[in-house]
Amino acid sequence: MSVLNTAAPVTATHGSATWRLIKAESKLSIRDKVGPLWGVGCPLIVLIILGVVPALKEPVEAAGGLTYFDLYVPVLILFNLAILAMTALPTTLAGYRENGVLRRLQTTPIGPARVLSAQLVANFAIALVATILFLAVAGLGFGVDLPRHPVGFVLSWLLAAAALLAIGLLITALAPGRGPATAIGTVLFFPMMFFAGLWVPVAQMPEVLQTISHYTPLGAGMQAFQEAYLGHFPSALPLLTLAAYAVGCTLIAVRWFRWE
Amino acid sequence: MPAVIEVRDLHKRYADKVAVEDVSLTVQEGEIFGILGPNGAGKTTTVECIAGLRTPDRGEITVCGLDPRRDRAELTRRLGVQLQAGQLPDRLQVAEALELYSSFYPRPADWRALMHGLGLADKARTGYAKLSGGQKQRLSIALALVGNPRVAILDELTTGLDPQARRDTWDLIEGVRSSGVTIVLVTHFMEEAERLCDRLALIDAGRVVAVDTPAGLTERARIEQRIQFRPSRPLDERLLTSLPEVSGVTRRGELVVVSGNDNALNAVTAVLARNRIVAERLRVEQASLEEAFVQLTGGRLGSS
Repeated sequence: MSVLNTAAPVTATHGSATWRLIKAESKLSIRDKVGPLWGVGCPLIVLIILGVVPALKEPVEAAGGLTYFDLYVPVLILFNLAILAMTALPTTLAGYRENGVLRRLQTTPIGPARVLSAQLVANFAIALVATILFLAVAGLGFGVDLPRHPVGFVLSWLLAAAALLAIGLLITALAPGRGPATAIGTVLFFPMMFFAGLWVPVAQMPEVLQTISHYTPLGAGMQAFQEAYLGHFPSALPLLTLAAYAVGCTLIAVRWFRWE
Repeated sequence: MPAVIEVRDLHKRYADKVAVEDVSLTVQEGEIFGILGPNGAGKTTTVECIAGLRTPDRGEITVCGLDPRRDRAELTRRLGVQLQAGQLPDRLQVAEALELYSSFYPRPADWRALMHGLGLADKARTGYAKLSGGQKQRLSIALALVGNPRVAILDELTTGLDPQARRDTWDLIEGVRSSGVTIVLVTHFMEEAERLCDRLALIDAGRVVAVDTPAGLTERARIEQRIQFRPSRPLDERLLTSLPEVSGVTRRGELVVVSGNDNALNAVTAVLARNRIVAERLRVEQASLEEAFVQLTGGRLGSS
């Protein structure tokens, strides 16, 4: 048999290999359904349901004229980022490590680090599409204005995405396997979403909780989003908090990351 | 023939135990070289060091003239590796995996031809998790070959396969070799080693016990032939024990069991014929690689 005598005259560059890897990982993330279902579908349905509740069109006290529903749009954007970065990403990567996917890649010229970046890019891309979708549904379907400070909003979103993906990497680095990675992500998700105001708007929390909230990644993200919605460039504290999470978690994750 | 892989005085220990005590071996270009030994003998650690996945504590390794650790990037282009514990994402399809992995290499093989050659064409759109054990194994072999390597390391190639799939895989490996690829085959199946390998390194407890052809190993072990038969009429044992080729005669019920060297069978049948005794239910047990292995490694046998 001459299975090997048919060398194709293709010269694959690393650029195209990376691109293919990103495409493959995006496809796998979508097929995996965790991200699309919980990270995109679930908040989208919540958004639509909340959009038809008239009581939520009342302005929230101490929220600068934003209604309950207005506030839910950035909360659900954070919901989406948190699911993708803290559940989907670590579950997939820890699974890859557990099943030897990373080990197999170690034997190829590409190496396992690139599948890590491909996963980050894939989840980032899914989150980006989801955010645009949420903003469009909220705006076109329920008349929610776009953030009045778009640049501030984009910057806040990028920092929030970076902070959460870094936390996802940290979970991947520290969790011994796929199961624990999912568990850690899920356990962290609920308190973090609480501080973003999923159940009670942050503005209505007791002062202690508000202060704590400002130092949590999702609370800081929410604060930055809210300011951008109201037309200001977000203040330094939430932006620096997000940046600190992004840098700090990445450094620890890199230090402790294991390929096998 | 030039050496493709050279390992000298390899030593590797993990936190709690020595995995490889002292291994030296040379693999020639174009051969199928077997690494045979019981579970835990240090086979996998040895090939992982050759593939540059682990750093040896001591010893020197060159593969295609490269240092597996220092020249990793170059080595991965020339060496295809099929690992025991290397899987793929559950939902990655066969064709996608092959296409993706072929894009990793500068001069890949035609992945479609590989897919057909390995009988995976009708599974092109099937996700990895839905493949049978044999199909996963074949895909794994295909991925080790998709980069058009000069050397392929295949670790426990047929473990978990049914007998038919095992034979098919052997045919496949012979095909790969005939296309010029040097193959290092790690196995604990005697039959596989005997059938496929040009030369074998017997490894036990982290050391190379012997390196030889399969036939050479059985010869080296000097295992006696055993001849077993039922004499058609009563037989005086002294007829047999007096033969220089025979070393022992025992009785097992109505059966006579004679052990002796390679020429014992001729001598025994001649004596029986002269005495007009017919050897009914005659059976000759040839020394197998398995017995040679037991002999050479001091009686420890692989667990499966």
